[in-house]
Amino acid sequence: MITHTHRTATAAVAGLLAVGALAACSSGSSTASPGGTAGAAGGTYTWWDPYPQYDASSDWAKVIDRCGQAAGVTMKRTAYDTTDLTGKALLAGQQGSSPDLLLVDNPVVSTLAEAGILTTTKDSGLSVDGFAANILAAGQSGGDTFGVPIGANTLALYYNPKVLKKAGIDAASVTDWASLTAALQKAKAAGFKGITFSAVGTEEGTFQFLPWFWGGGAQLTDIGSPNAVAALDLWAGWVKNGLAPNSVINNTQTTSWQEFQAGKIAFAENGTWQKADAKKNGFEVMPLPGKDGGTAPAPTGGEFLTLPVQKDTARYAVSAKIATCMTDTTNIVGTDNTLNYIAPTEAAQKEQLAADASLKPWVDAVGAAKGRTSDNLGTKYPKISEPLWTAVQSALTGKSSAQEALQQAQQAAKEATQ
Amino acid sequence: MSTTRTHPVARRADEVTTRPRMSPHVTRRSSRTRDRVTAAAFLTPLLAYLILFYAFPLFRNLDLSVRGYTVRNFVQGGAPFIGFDNYVKVFTSQTFVPALTHTAVFTFVSIAFQFTIGLALAVFFHSSFRLSATLRALFLVPWLLPLIVSASTWSWMLNSDSGVVNSLLHAVGVSPVNWLTDPNMALVSVLVANIWIGIPFNLVILYSGLQNIPNELYEAAALDGAGAWQTFWRVTFPLLRPVSAIVTLLGLVYTLKVFDIIWIMTRGGPAGSSTTLATWTYQLGFGSLLPNFGPAAAVGNILIALALLAGLAYIRLQRRQEA
Repeated sequence: MITHTHRTATAAVAGLLAVGALAACSSGSSTASPGGTAGAAGGTYTWWDPYPQYDASSDWAKVIDRCGQAAGVTMKRTAYDTTDLTGKALLAGQQGSSPDLLLVDNPVVSTLAEAGILTTTKDSGLSVDGFAANILAAGQSGGDTFGVPIGANTLALYYNPKVLKKAGIDAASVTDWASLTAALQKAKAAGFKGITFSAVGTEEGTFQFLPWFWGGGAQLTDIGSPNAVAALDLWAGWVKNGLAPNSVINNTQTTSWQEFQAGKIAFAENGTWQKADAKKNGFEVMPLPGKDGGTAPAPTGGEFLTLPVQKDTARYAVSAKIATCMTDTTNIVGTDNTLNYIAPTEAAQKEQLAADASLKPWVDAVGAAKGRTSDNLGTKYPKISEPLWTAVQSALTGKSSAQEALQQAQQAAKEATQ
Repeated sequence: MSTTRTHPVARRADEVTTRPRMSPHVTRRSSRTRDRVTAAAFLTPLLAYLILFYAFPLFRNLDLSVRGYTVRNFVQGGAPFIGFDNYVKVFTSQTFVPALTHTAVFTFVSIAFQFTIGLALAVFFHSSFRLSATLRALFLVPWLLPLIVSASTWSWMLNSDSGVVNSLLHAVGVSPVNWLTDPNMALVSVLVANIWIGIPFNLVILYSGLQNIPNELYEAAALDGAGAWQTFWRVTFPLLRPVSAIVTLLGLVYTLKVFDIIWIMTRGGPAGSSTTLATWTYQLGFGSLLPNFGPAAAVGNILIALALLAGLAYIRLQRRQEA
């Protein structure tokens, strides 16, 4: 009888424990709000960024700690994979547990702002003085600014001087689309591939296509325009005539770069983040040419430092202080050199150029660059981008003509953005 | 069968009748309540687990699919109920018919090849020979590799310009094929990779099924003068039917939801030519900068319904076999 009672009790306790543990789990996530330990000064401030490659001992983490100390608080940093961060930020916003400072990829800013997760710089008191207007524009929508850029990257045209020499191409002769195509033909005649890029069916594909799209005078508000068709015809023609490898249709920017590294391709459209590797391999860089000359506007990449909405609005002052510290000239030059970014302020760009004059093409490219969500597109951009990359794929595979593909895409974009 | 079934019942009846003799009337009642509490305590963790990890997510997915979610009301709540609008949007989408066709082709061709090759290999390895165990182990490799590794390897091998497959074709004088970038070839390429990955599973299960067929039947067949072909069709194949049914069902459910291989190799492209329902639901929910949770959940539910239909068909088949 005793054993019987005992057994019942044990089982009941075990059952209750299990339920209790589950309850504890679920309540744990909702009380993990960083806003719990309030106070204008002191306490812990949370920081999320998309740089899991930098651990606590890295310079990056140390700068964050120093800026926290300067503001009189302790920083608690968490790094997520960049594709994870948007979802995590949305969920945290839903549960009221957003971090104090959130570093996100710039095209995501308008989405998070639309969700009501981010404070405007007006509300948080974060200063936007000194930031280049074209870079800052990626974090603006509806007349409000939702954060400050910590650096910018963009696309430019890398070339392999060894291949150019063998093919008899003068890099200086490449000034517009016609002269670039002529150079690619020379490269092909010499047994090389002309150019590699990424036309993969994701956001990356659109990102890479935009310099040609904008450089030909097309606008994202009308992706079926004759200017857009001309840009897509240029790409499709390169693939069709063997000036670009067929694998561009499936290449990410990384795999496209790997092909370029093999040394059999004359040109490669790729980003600022490859500049250290380019230097190591002896590759040179020039801005992407527009249709009739000049520098084509390439899309800006890079992250924005934002201040998510908190229950305790008194925290904004400290967060803004930390953000301003992170973007002061000394810190931002250090950060952008580590990240292979170009600084978003003129003063910091000057300092970067003084230390390394070879950055000149990049500073120019960033100066001409344009945010994807600019032109007040905001959250409409993703709905335009998807039909656009699908059209690029259709035309490059020969499934349909550039004209048909883009007209269909414009129809789809129009329906989606209504 | 019937004798073993009555035995535990009899023992429990025995227990019930002996217990009151030991304790007075009142204790019997409280002991019954205690039994109930015990039962509930044992049941609660399981129920809690089932509700938390099965019922709730399923319900949530259904709920997602009948609401008009935007990023704003996803965070701040209050997504309006819109009935079947998301489903209508999915069914009338230009992607729907191709995605459904690709899913059907991908699933049935995969299973047909996986099963046939798996069965042929199982029969081959069943007649044990030297090194057969080692070879059989080697055939398991595709199954043991992480999908990201095998899919990336396939995608390197099938690269149009620098892939090993095209350079082999070139060596024998065949012009190169754009395996992953030609809209007519992309689905074939992911199919080949998926068949390769699925063979070991079929091989292992069918092989264990073969071992359950009594040897006497083969001896009898041999005495009756049956050849290898006849033995296979008259003995092996019919006796493998229950195992074959479960392998096919599991294969069906597994193949319907294959996502990683396709996503890594082609991302459902080029221009949607290898998009299946599984890659489409991911594309809608997480593939672009702006998540489309409602339609994504709707596509996900269609997939679940398809798998459920397959399960019901299996149960029906099994009942008919038992009857």
